Amino acid sequence: MFLVGNGAGFSGDRVDAPIPVVRSLIQRCLPAALFFETLGERTVALAQLERRRDPELGFEPMLERLLEPILADCFHYGIPILGNFGAANPPAAARCIAALARRLGLPELRIATVTGDDVAGHIDLATLPIHEADSNLRADAAKLVAANAYIGAGPLVEALRGGAHVVVAGRTSDPALAIAPLIAHYGWAFDDWAMLAVGAAAGHLLECGSQVCGGVFWDPGRKDIPDPANIGFPIAEVSENGALTITKPEDTGGLVDLRTVKEQLLYELHDPAAYITPDVVLDITGCTLEQLGPDRVAVRGLAGRPAPAMLKVTACFEGSWLGEGEVSVAGPNALARAKATADVLLQRLTMRGLRVRPRVDLIGVASVHDSDDGALWRAYAGPAPEDIRIRLAVEGEHRDDCDQAAREVLAMLCCGPAGTGGARWRVTPRILTRSYLVPREMVPTTVTIRSAREMN
Amino acid sequence: MLEVQLYDIAHSRAGDKGNRSNISLIPYDPAHYALLAEQVTEARVLALFAHRGATSCTRYDLPLLHAFNFIIDDALEGGVNGSLNLDGHGKAASSRLLTLTVTVP
Repeated sequence: MFLVGNGAGFSGDRVDAPIPVVRSLIQRCLPAALFFETLGERTVALAQLERRRDPELGFEPMLERLLEPILADCFHYGIPILGNFGAANPPAAARCIAALARRLGLPELRIATVTGDDVAGHIDLATLPIHEADSNLRADAAKLVAANAYIGAGPLVEALRGGAHVVVAGRTSDPALAIAPLIAHYGWAFDDWAMLAVGAAAGHLLECGSQVCGGVFWDPGRKDIPDPANIGFPIAEVSENGALTITKPEDTGGLVDLRTVKEQLLYELHDPAAYITPDVVLDITGCTLEQLGPDRVAVRGLAGRPAPAMLKVTACFEGSWLGEGEVSVAGPNALARAKATADVLLQRLTMRGLRVRPRVDLIGVASVHDSDDGALWRAYAGPAPEDIRIRLAVEGEHRDDCDQAAREVLAMLCCGPAGTGGARWRVTPRILTRSYLVPREMVPTTVTIRSAREMN
Repeated sequence: MLEVQLYDIAHSRAGDKGNRSNISLIPYDPAHYALLAEQVTEARVLALFAHRGATSCTRYDLPLLHAFNFIIDDALEGGVNGSLNLDGHGKAASSRLLTLTVTVP
């Protein structure tokens, strides 16, 4: 049996989550690996902007905080760590880990840096077929921020076989972070589609961290979980012949049951017969689940088909600007004052000729379910809420227009209806993405392994 | 026969890919799978997101898992990169799906 643990499901996840996972991996005395998934589709573009500002930045900002409590234990107990926490700058992330290792008295820690996913400047995107794109993107005119290929398990396996204790990658497919240690441990062939499907399912179920253990699942009084402040992050048990069980550390909150596993299995899956990864195409249409015991669910009936010939490249471009402003009203007649505030704000944007596309939310009446034209709050006929936050959001090509629009919300502090308070406003740049398909031979990768001592 | 909200008999999780929303629907009791298959049609789910400009809906059925996967195109007013919605990913869309009503015996 081999154990794969997950220590983070996104950049911004709970930084103390890996501690109980590593404790559990050690207590169970089985060969194991730990992976971190911290790189969302646009995260790499934001990291690339950081790197331009400072060449030693551009990797996961919480990297040191995530690894410090567990790095020594993982080194001493032979639990390799893999992560796409290198983001836009895997070499700098590796240097950060090396410095941490030396500080912790682990100069012999071997760190592998995987590069090659960053294809900006190496591949002419204009020659590639487009896979998916933001409709408002004019890629011929927009400035490219980042272009990264989703690489598979191959270079990660090479790093593990080279004796790496920590594997630092940038853009990888999420499931590859779980598939790689399984291939390295069991020696599965890169065309053993049945086994790679099991690895891909394990990676898919674990890649969002707590989401398979009760995170984004719990609903007080309806779907309760124990101790939601302390949800355990997941561990997959995988046998050599592909038996897969999802579980979590014993001394943690949350739960693993048929409901949590089903929700995560279908999460962002699209066609259940064809979940495409660089290593295998996973088919879950024959999948069945069984609760084996408390917090233990077996996942069976997974099928795999050959890996695609093409890799996905996601390119990020500088987009427009987003301006946002918010104020609150409360008490008697709050709904009428909120609606009037919304209408006056829209009137002000028109009066001043600001070149923006606006939206107003009445938070407390309708917001996240609403449309840009406020169809739900304008039609609202329910009981009058007594605490409403009015939010204006605008998008436009010109930063100053977006800033001026957001500041119109600020001005409502004095010019708005009675009892208007709590203004906040900001302007942020937007990123647009377009993905392409590229033949995998056009994305060569490089694996460099050095000890923390050598990186001094 | 009793009319209930989906929330009373099923649970759901939403995710995204670009301007496309992906929402699961899972009955607590597998015995309710058939009535959900009959009553929670692609057209009804599309109508639930019509105010946001959704253009098409596809339902994938998973009878072995007793679950459904809905893919709703153009449901996110541009998706996370272009949307002005606070919830650009549409993660809260699962809660909207669960407001649909169905008839149970």
